[in-house]
Amino acid sequence: MADPLLISVLIFVIAIFTGYELITKVPPTLHTPLMSGSNAISGIIVIGAIVVAGQGHSNLSIVLGVVAIALATVNVVGGFLVTDRMLRMFRPRERPDNTNKAKPDSESQK
Amino acid sequence: MSEQATINVINGLYIVAAILFILGIKFLGSPRTARKGNALSALAMLIAVGVTLISEEIIEFEWIILGVAIGSVIGIILARTVQMTAMPQMVAIFNGFGGGGSALVAAAEFIRVNDLVTTGDLNEVSVDVAAIAIFSTVLGALTLTGSLIAFGKLQGLVTTRPLLLPARNIINALLGIAIIAISVYLVFEPNNPELYALVGILAALFGILLVIPIGGADMPVVISLLNSYSGVAAAATGFVLGNNILIVAGAVVGASGLILTRIMTKAMNRSLSNVMLGGFGAEGGSSSGGAEVGERPYRSSTAEDVAMILGYSQSVIFVPGYGLAVAQAQHAVKELAGLLQERGVEVKYAIHPVAGRMPGHMNVLLAEADVPYDQLLDLDQSNPEFERTDVAVIIGANDVTNPAARTDPDSPIYGMPILNVDSASQVIVLKRSMAVGFSGIDNDLFYLDNTSMYFGDAKKSVQDLVREVRELD
Repeated sequence: MADPLLISVLIFVIAIFTGYELITKVPPTLHTPLMSGSNAISGIIVIGAIVVAGQGHSNLSIVLGVVAIALATVNVVGGFLVTDRMLRMFRPRERPDNTNKAKPDSESQK
Repeated sequence: MSEQATINVINGLYIVAAILFILGIKFLGSPRTARKGNALSALAMLIAVGVTLISEEIIEFEWIILGVAIGSVIGIILARTVQMTAMPQMVAIFNGFGGGGSALVAAAEFIRVNDLVTTGDLNEVSVDVAAIAIFSTVLGALTLTGSLIAFGKLQGLVTTRPLLLPARNIINALLGIAIIAISVYLVFEPNNPELYALVGILAALFGILLVIPIGGADMPVVISLLNSYSGVAAAATGFVLGNNILIVAGAVVGASGLILTRIMTKAMNRSLSNVMLGGFGAEGGSSSGGAEVGERPYRSSTAEDVAMILGYSQSVIFVPGYGLAVAQAQHAVKELAGLLQERGVEVKYAIHPVAGRMPGHMNVLLAEADVPYDQLLDLDQSNPEFERTDVAVIIGANDVTNPAARTDPDSPIYGMPILNVDSASQVIVLKRSMAVGFSGIDNDLFYLDNTSMYFGDAKKSVQDLVREVRELD
């Protein structure tokens, strides 16, 4: 078995390249949701915080861990919700090019 | 055996989460699938958290529930109540929280490992764990405070003018050297919790000093860069904890932030170091501008004139800038566009990358006003369009339409990619006054023969246009 650190570095490098390829394809119109969505993903640190707090190693590590959990959870929950709120607003042109005011039927029919 | 099975299940589920994160980002590539993409990422997060909870290291569930509950309530309230114009500062503060979380987790793990050495359960703190933990804490701490300052500037709590300390470059250099020196010492002498705390505090101070001198209009770059940092800090903590899902997610976010940073600096015609060294706009506003402005002849129009021009044209492109968002004029613009479309006018919107206060911000604001996204053109799509367009209407934008960026090699914005609105048959500029834009230079566009100025508050001006267009015929 190879050195775990080496495997982690490999994973890191591959993830960077994958991320780069995918993100360059995101059109400018979606850059704000991309940023707030990826920001929510960086709240993944919450699982590190859970491990640190959950091990109950010392009072100090529990305090640090719980504060970190709270901070990261704001990042995750707020980030995904606000991204969804934005993306809900993005809609294409109403199918026929008539300009009668669109009723909010697009939701209910789906 | 059963323990091994549990570990395998955990690792398998982590891989599922990693795949879902990647798919989530992939689906963000199109407006049709983007919502699904975001939901997939959220599902991935849920799986990753769930898996971590069932792993047997966890013994203290009460504390975890407390932290999650507090964070969720704050997150839900913020996400529901934030105004779309305030999105940049919202992202900034979320980002800062993520960075702060990384810093604390790395610190806690560093302390734990040191304790294990003290109690004799571990021989020594390995150099790589110590180095990466310190790196993560430094980066996370400066992301936290830098983001808070960016939040303050965007929210108007901290002055948006670049704040320049006299010897700031020397102070920053000394602070940077101190952080590196203490970090290196800690790598080899890890059992110094006080020094570890000190290096975290110095990094937090460094984050404040880095962002303070940067002007409000450069915040899109700062937010993008801090976004990248928070990802890298999470990945670094993943190395410390030996957790690959942290590494994957952190790396993807790091890449995303870097790409957006590059797009923003390119659109502003600046280098990253130029933005980070700060001070742009502090000198500009006072030195140039002044005397020259207002002495050249320009044409001024009334709402009635402009309504006639728009109502009887074939095609109109709106060019919204941040001024439009500040005046909350996007709904009025959408109404005007609707009236024009009823008259058979073709309407589009040209969006410069720096039109808002973060990448893609203007698109969100227009989406909120119910403008279909297929009417929004980005920089590359817009410029060929202007030549075929009767009227370009500029609302609250300035520097990004200045032809000097193409024609005047002496101009500070020379080379900046701009919207070539001057190639439209007619240009109408909605503006409060002839005042200079952020770059502090006069805009040649205002004095062209095919340009008319229409002065006033963006929202009120557009509402007047709506009324006048209704009265046509």
